[in-house]
Amino acid sequence: MDFAFTEEQQEIFAAVREFCDDVLKPRAQEVDEAGEYPWDNVRQLGKLDLMGIPAPEEYGGMGLGFLEWAVIGELLSGACTTTGAIYGAHMLAEYPIMHFGTDEQKQKFLAPLATGEKIGAFGLTEPDAGSDAGNVQTRAERDGDEYILNGSKLFISNGGDAELYVIIANADPSRGMRGLTAFIVEKGTPGFDFGKDEQKMAFKSLSNRELIFTDCRVPAANILHKEKGGFRVTMQTLAVGRIGMAVGAVGLAQAAYDAAVAYAQTRVQFDQPISGFQAIQFKLADMATDIECSRLLTYQAAWRKDEGLDFEKQAAMAKVFASEACSRVCNEAVQIHGGYGYTKEYAVERYFREAKLFEIVEGTSEIQRLVIANRLLKEAKLR
Amino acid sequence: MSIYIDTDKCTGCKLCLNACPYGAIIIEDGKARFTEDCVMCGACVSFCKFEAIIQARPKKEAVDTSEYQGVWVIAETHDGKFAEVTVELLGEGRKLAEALDEELALLLVGHEVEPLVPAAAAYGADKVYLVEDEALKHYRTGPFVDVMTGLINKHKPEIVLIGATSMGRDLASRIAARIGAGLTADCTGLEIDPAERLLLQTRPAFGGNIMASILCRQARPQMATVRPRVMKKPALQEGRQAEVIRKQVSLNEKAILTKIVEVIREEGAEQVNLQDAEIIVSGGRGLRAPENFAMIRELAGVLGGAVGASRATVDAGWIPAYHQVGQTGKTVQPKLYIACGISGAVQHLAGMSSSDCIVAINSDPDAPIFDVATYGIVGDLFEVVPALTAALKNEFGHQ
Amino acid sequence: MNFIVCIKQVPDTTEVRIDPETNTLVREGVPSIINPFDENAIEAALQLKEKHGGKVMVITMGPPQAEKALREAVAMGADEAILISDRAFAGSDTLATSYTLAQAIRRIGDYDLILCGKQAFDGDTAQVGPGLAEQLGIPQVTYAIEAEIEDKGLRVKRLLEDRFEVVETRLPALITCVKQMNEPRHAGLKGVMKARKAEIPTWTAEDIQADTARCGLDGSPTNVVRIFTPERGREGERLEGECSEVVHTLIQRLREAKVL
Repeated sequence: MDFAFTEEQQEIFAAVREFCDDVLKPRAQEVDEAGEYPWDNVRQLGKLDLMGIPAPEEYGGMGLGFLEWAVIGELLSGACTTTGAIYGAHMLAEYPIMHFGTDEQKQKFLAPLATGEKIGAFGLTEPDAGSDAGNVQTRAERDGDEYILNGSKLFISNGGDAELYVIIANADPSRGMRGLTAFIVEKGTPGFDFGKDEQKMAFKSLSNRELIFTDCRVPAANILHKEKGGFRVTMQTLAVGRIGMAVGAVGLAQAAYDAAVAYAQTRVQFDQPISGFQAIQFKLADMATDIECSRLLTYQAAWRKDEGLDFEKQAAMAKVFASEACSRVCNEAVQIHGGYGYTKEYAVERYFREAKLFEIVEGTSEIQRLVIANRLLKEAKLR
Repeated sequence: MSIYIDTDKCTGCKLCLNACPYGAIIIEDGKARFTEDCVMCGACVSFCKFEAIIQARPKKEAVDTSEYQGVWVIAETHDGKFAEVTVELLGEGRKLAEALDEELALLLVGHEVEPLVPAAAAYGADKVYLVEDEALKHYRTGPFVDVMTGLINKHKPEIVLIGATSMGRDLASRIAARIGAGLTADCTGLEIDPAERLLLQTRPAFGGNIMASILCRQARPQMATVRPRVMKKPALQEGRQAEVIRKQVSLNEKAILTKIVEVIREEGAEQVNLQDAEIIVSGGRGLRAPENFAMIRELAGVLGGAVGASRATVDAGWIPAYHQVGQTGKTVQPKLYIACGISGAVQHLAGMSSSDCIVAINSDPDAPIFDVATYGIVGDLFEVVPALTAALKNEFGHQ
Repeated sequence: MNFIVCIKQVPDTTEVRIDPETNTLVREGVPSIINPFDENAIEAALQLKEKHGGKVMVITMGPPQAEKALREAVAMGADEAILISDRAFAGSDTLATSYTLAQAIRRIGDYDLILCGKQAFDGDTAQVGPGLAEQLGIPQVTYAIEAEIEDKGLRVKRLLEDRFEVVETRLPALITCVKQMNEPRHAGLKGVMKARKAEIPTWTAEDIQADTARCGLDGSPTNVVRIFTPERGREGERLEGECSEVVHTLIQRLREAKVL
């Protein structure tokens, strides 16, 4: 057992941290208020080789692991939550192509994603299919060498801005989730349009658009895995996505904690910094412990993925714990800031709003608990 | 310093003839030869495509220091006027010359700069070495270095002072490297060490955190660039005379490698030259947002001063870099410096701590800026600055 | 086009603190960085290379640990790096440094443009660039804010005290770069990995055929004879009380001191 990073990892993270401190952090507030997809940041992620961390080098990636991907995601999210979320959502397209794609598909689609030349998005959620993935209504009908897609997707992160999409549609509704099929769809394909961008409580600059398919023809060559193999693609992608969400939550929680500590040490009341009061100290101790637990769970899930071990349960645990811990930490960070924490003057106000997202997307906390419990009971039966 | 022609390599191509500012090379029997006019300025060396002109520097211990006499100031002129620093250096040079009981000379190189001779004398020069040529109208490294090196080699001053301006810094180290002289940059203190009769040069280093005193024992001349606005301007002594030594040069424009294509002057009040401002109001990270610089501008406006900024604000893109005060920005020495929301990182202090009067406004009572402040106000700048602006408006309104 | 960038590893002076007890510099734990102006020079060289093709080589004279600065430059995108390091170079002033760099560059041989930072953060002399140009007998353009290569010539916009100046000169030449010239890029991860593996040769005095009498302390005409901490002895006055009161007192004081 070894909790230390290698020298190589440390150098990589140091380079990312420098970029975060110099570029992302100073702009984070501005990015949040702009209400515009932060292309500048996103292009830089590509330039700095951050968009293909686990992708093989032959496809322009870094050939590193999901652990490195996770730690970098945490750093990005801590500096600019929106950019961190884009980085996470991008992997939801990159990972299934990397894992299930044929060599031809990888040449054509993985390479531009891994270099950041194109941005990716994953389309699963629908008006009537969120937590219940089996109820996907988007239809895919075969027509010669093509499939015709009809239907719509909702709340899709990077939707509209991304150039490459992995879309889950049903090729055989009679078989329910066994009919699900994953397609790679390029932006600009006739019949593929975008609907409204959701107005959200936070993450104003992260696009969450509706994707609309109207007789949209997609080559059969763009099927990932195999026809009616979409359920596996979905489950695996969601599991990686959970690590991504946990990572974002850890980064955000750390940023909120750092702000709270700094404030507690400078804010003077009753002739002493408020960090001198036990009531504040206990809060800080709990916050730090929450973050450390979240981080360890998250790194463990990523590590298991890299080791080829089953990681779905750990990913769900990391996601539910880290997202709920993040909300607790951000809540306390506002509390420590007192009245100022409720104003736009301080970043913790934004952190507080952002935190809630992590408890909802990529499977709500309730779904995560179901996933965990399912696994536990299965394991108990096997014993 | 010696210079000679390797006749085995010389092809008699005449390229070096154009390069010589002093017309001191002739071709004899198909080979180049230096005449007695050669001052070993070295201008020809890089022009020889056959590496036939060899410049050799003596070993430093071989320099006979007693051959070197007198204090020289290198003049910087703009539009027919002395740069402020030249006048400051004449004052400082006068003191050094008197301590050594030697003469003070001004090296005046330019185009139509002779009218400045009386002023040079009145500020303390005993001699003026005057070189005028059309090609010397604007400062360019090549011809200025060639001409000046020639005169230094010929007349052997003991000390040469140059303003630590962009021109002075561009020039001085090139001359020093050519003749192997010792050069100390950006001095803030100069004195003659009484025991050794050497120039003791003091300068800040390490971002102003430490001061270093530097001596040059063997190589000559002892050269120093001196920070502008540190030395006091001397009083004008009308009627003082100086001997003028004129040196003719013939510069061939074709042999000058650098052409000035365009000069662009900045315009508008925003471009205030911080270094000339008598009052500076500066903002730091305590302003929290770029738009709050408006508050600083307003206070500066009321005081008729310029706007300065800390490195943090410039780095964050709140304000253009030419406002930056500090080690990486500008060194200023105004009569009044008001620092608002600036904690006083050493790098900032290095650029402003010698201001006559410093007012610091900061909410952190332990901020290092208070260590250099004449008047320190611990408080919220968002309260204090507008109140000060309003009070001053009121005050000036009643006058 | 071959570009050579001369860099220096310096202590991050923004992190330097004065020990209030001993009134001396606290150097412990101060990180070493590439001199910030040298990062601008590296960036300028990389941009010129992207435009005109060629190779960017980075050199530094310094102790063995200065290799780290070279690796950072390789991570940014430099193609090659050379460390010029020898005990004989210790104690070099700017003249000896420019001589040593010139010897190394002579060994490299083929170059079109040499780029340096305007000055080093720790020494602040701005003397090595011009000194080096002199040693190599090539034109120099200091304080460059823009540099373009056109028809084998060089066109540079210089940032001076109160104006810009556009000059043209021939190649090879040397320029010194100011901070406003560009925004130095961050190292990408591929760069970080490349830098980890990069072979960085060390050249000694012998390797560059340097005359040791012109290197280090022996070759330095200037000698530091005393180092001291500047007096910060300004006895300041704290003005306290209500805001309006404080402002009133301040104006009074400034009037008394004839500052207003």
